[in-house]
Amino acid sequence: MSQRTPLGKVRGLGSAKGGTDHFWMQRVTAVANIVLVCFLIGLVFTLAGADHGTVKRALARPEIAIPLLLLVLSGIVHMRLGMQTIIEDYVHSEGRKVAALVLNWFFTILIGTTCAFAVLKLTFGA
Amino acid sequence: MAETKRAVERPLSPHLGIYRPQINMVMSIVHRICGSALYVGTILLAAWLIAAAMGERAFAMVSEIFGHPLGKLVLLGYSWALIHHMLGGMRHLLWDTGRGLQPRTADALSWLTIIGSLALTAALWAAGISLRGGL
Repeated sequence: MSQRTPLGKVRGLGSAKGGTDHFWMQRVTAVANIVLVCFLIGLVFTLAGADHGTVKRALARPEIAIPLLLLVLSGIVHMRLGMQTIIEDYVHSEGRKVAALVLNWFFTILIGTTCAFAVLKLTFGA
Repeated sequence: MAETKRAVERPLSPHLGIYRPQINMVMSIVHRICGSALYVGTILLAAWLIAAAMGERAFAMVSEIFGHPLGKLVLLGYSWALIHHMLGGMRHLLWDTGRGLQPRTADALSWLTIIGSLALTAALWAAGISLRGGL
């Protein structure tokens, strides 16, 4: 049995180069979300209780649809990364962990596609 | 020698259970819980948008759910989680720069997160209620 530690095995081989990607994307989307979430709060505040026609017309306007699409994009990246951290912290069995990470991808992409589809449908009509 | 193959129970470093709760660690846990709640809660946003896109009947149904007292309670919780996670995130971004990490400052920032999020949520809903003359 080898006495070498995992660190000893990789020492001197150089970094994997992708190590800071998770951290960096979490921060970039966090900064974007500060602006975009404030926009969402303002939008929901304005449209709360409004009838369907008003909401439909509002969501179809480019100055609303574009930030909404940006929020969906930034939001799903941020939440996928955050949930990945939680899964890796708490799910220790390898099989369940991989399954959870795959479901994390599926869920965030599903939410993102649904929201984007709705906004685009309202914008382009039909 | 079946016994030697069993995984050795090694001592673990002390975890949450051993510490007296401190504001930083409580806010750290709340940040995670809020994040998870927001994750699941994106279903609410997706439901609202897709209902608006589908038409009058779907939108009326979703509006009724959101307008129900229980629906409003969920939205109140969601807005607080959103604001709390945002303020907590700003605190973390500041900490990322190496600033605000002195014990007293870090504690003050953590208190600011919880007090600020409650105050902002209350102000938001109070403004909404007074503008519309009711919930």
